[in-house]
Amino acid sequence: MSGRKMIELEIDGVRAEAAPGMTIMQAADAIGIRIPRLCYHPDLSILGACRICIVSVEGMKNPVASCSYPAAAGMKVRTSSPELRRLRRDIVELILDNHPRDCQTCERDGNCELQNLAYSLGVRERYFEGERKRYPRDTSSCAVIRDPEKCILCGRCVRVCEEVQGVTNLSQQHRGFSNVVAPAFDDPMADSVCIQCGQCVNVCPTAAFTERRSTDEILDALENPGLHVVVQTAPSIRAAVGEGFGFVPGTPTTGKMVTALRMMGFDGVFDTNFTADLTIVEEATEFLKRLETGERLPLITSCSPGWISFMERFYPELIPNASSCKSPMSMMSTLMKTYYAGQKNLDPEKIYTVAVMPCTAKKFEAERKEHRAPWGAPYTDAVMTTREFIWMAKCLGVDYAGLPDGTFDSPLGESSGAGAIFGATGGVMEAALRTAYEKVTGAACPDLNFTMVRGVEGVKTATVNLQGTEIRVGVSNGLNNAKTLLDKVARGEETFHIIEIMACPGGCVGGGGQPYPPGGTYVLSPELTRLRAQALYSIDADMALRTSHENPSIRALYESFLGEPGGRRAHELLHTHYEPKEPRGIR
Amino acid sequence: MTDDIHALPQDIVEYIDRCLAGPHGESYLIPVLQQVQNRFGYLPRPLMDEVAHRMRIPTAKVTGVATFYHFFSFTPRGKHRVTVCMGTACFVRGAGKILDRLKDLLGVAEGETTADGLFTLESARCLGTCALAPVVVVDDALHGNVTTGDLEKILKPYGFKGKGETG
Repeated sequence: MSGRKMIELEIDGVRAEAAPGMTIMQAADAIGIRIPRLCYHPDLSILGACRICIVSVEGMKNPVASCSYPAAAGMKVRTSSPELRRLRRDIVELILDNHPRDCQTCERDGNCELQNLAYSLGVRERYFEGERKRYPRDTSSCAVIRDPEKCILCGRCVRVCEEVQGVTNLSQQHRGFSNVVAPAFDDPMADSVCIQCGQCVNVCPTAAFTERRSTDEILDALENPGLHVVVQTAPSIRAAVGEGFGFVPGTPTTGKMVTALRMMGFDGVFDTNFTADLTIVEEATEFLKRLETGERLPLITSCSPGWISFMERFYPELIPNASSCKSPMSMMSTLMKTYYAGQKNLDPEKIYTVAVMPCTAKKFEAERKEHRAPWGAPYTDAVMTTREFIWMAKCLGVDYAGLPDGTFDSPLGESSGAGAIFGATGGVMEAALRTAYEKVTGAACPDLNFTMVRGVEGVKTATVNLQGTEIRVGVSNGLNNAKTLLDKVARGEETFHIIEIMACPGGCVGGGGQPYPPGGTYVLSPELTRLRAQALYSIDADMALRTSHENPSIRALYESFLGEPGGRRAHELLHTHYEPKEPRGIR
Repeated sequence: MTDDIHALPQDIVEYIDRCLAGPHGESYLIPVLQQVQNRFGYLPRPLMDEVAHRMRIPTAKVTGVATFYHFFSFTPRGKHRVTVCMGTACFVRGAGKILDRLKDLLGVAEGETTADGLFTLESARCLGTCALAPVVVVDDALHGNVTTGDLEKILKPYGFKGKGETG
């Protein structure tokens, strides 16, 4: 940008500057004028679909959409006038007229962008009455529910699915009044190439996409005296759950989260960070074996269920490269119904396992047939997202902000800093490198901070020297970035020994089940995911124990129950397999 | 006859390959879909999938384009297309009654195909032959100054056996 001349223009009588190519909206944002907007999303392409952000430009007959209209030198812009306010108001009312009038019972009541906009633009009366589109809700998916009647055709889901995730499962189908966002052939979500990542849920301004709620069945289980109900919490949720209770983004609230879960009635509160450590021990063993033989390299991580679905549909040829390790969630659920059941002398069929995850795809993972116990039940009985957890705590009257700090139950609750950083892109890689360093060199790692794999950039590559053994590592977040990385490997432009792939932007901190951000901020914002990631790195930095293999509870687990890392029992309980899935994605 | 359409004909495959060899190959999606529709009378689902994979265009986008244009149909059409012009001139000269009579004779609604697969009934907006209004077109043959009494005679050469014996 340096060296390029700034454009001067006037917005509402205020002098504004814009770099060439900037839009009127960007120039207005820079001087503190927030033009109302709806379909706009700063991290997606510009669509100009909703026309809420119209402004008038002196000398032009009609208003223009400020999200897409470039600022020009000498331009005189008005962002507000009786005419503009009336037009915006009418646009919003026309959207409302084609929308169910069920705000009070809607999932997004209180944090719906359309609702907020209608209020702020002063839609207090209804002047229009017209035909309304009618569609059934698509409840076929175990993770993502599609409700086309709530869709306002802003196209954010279509854009995120294509531009960020490279899945392109959603597109606008049919024409005019019949226009609807749907998968190919109007197929149900369950039969589509959807990978359940939930980013459509994250960017949807209304409730056209929501997660499938599991809270009712969890509340039922908590009331059932015949069940021992245990819960685990993913690494990334402690960095985000506070946002639901007024904490600024990036505030870790681990202790309050544990106390809240106990108050909600869970019989055991365990930490997925523990099995994150376990994953590292298993995966490092697997990696070193492959490094020795040179087979099935690069090893690709398998923690992200969105990535696993993506691989099975879009990159089935990479299935042999994926780590056979179950995800930390599935390892934990398996141990709860085997190891923990044995320790507590409980009937595993009477243990009900709940996972609080930043992720909608975890609901899909829980239902995979590979993750069923020999007696037929799933190892993970229910998955709730961070959002569902926040709702449930509020529903049960938990005054989160004022809670004292609690600690996780033992022995599935102790973890290292390496487990904590799993929730940020590059975290699994860093955790793996800390352990691999010691396993390869036999010496303690002098600096545990592998900062070259930190940060929210979409693709990171580095060469790590393990005292003579050079390891080439690749890290990506957001599946379009994974495509970029994997296609370079396929073309022979890059070679890696190990690749970490997280489906969601920023890793799990940007997961499809994380809290809706406060008004005016956007869920894909790198600033938001950076703050959440920072919370995890601060947890790690504050811990004395920072490597997975040194976790004493992990060592005890191997000694008393699992045997050797990568051994027979570990394989039986902690590893899984994948298979190509139809319909096949087009990449 | 329609259940065995599972693969694109060789010439359409070659056409796609030629399109993809040039710049902006994906922009030939509509001509490719037109070829499929012209060959089979509709867009069979397996072929849409094959077009998507061969052209490397996500299937949701292919169906997004195909559902936008009225020209494309996802359901098989009849062997013969019976089109009633509903343009202004034809309309004032009784095209509505013609269409109603055809619905009655064929036992189908507008846009539908008779059960024996012989006829698809459609309407059009002005075919530009207003001097002959009202106009009925069967495949490529145009019939002008049509009355409701002419319809059975018009359909007979195409295999129409009389009301109730079809559909």
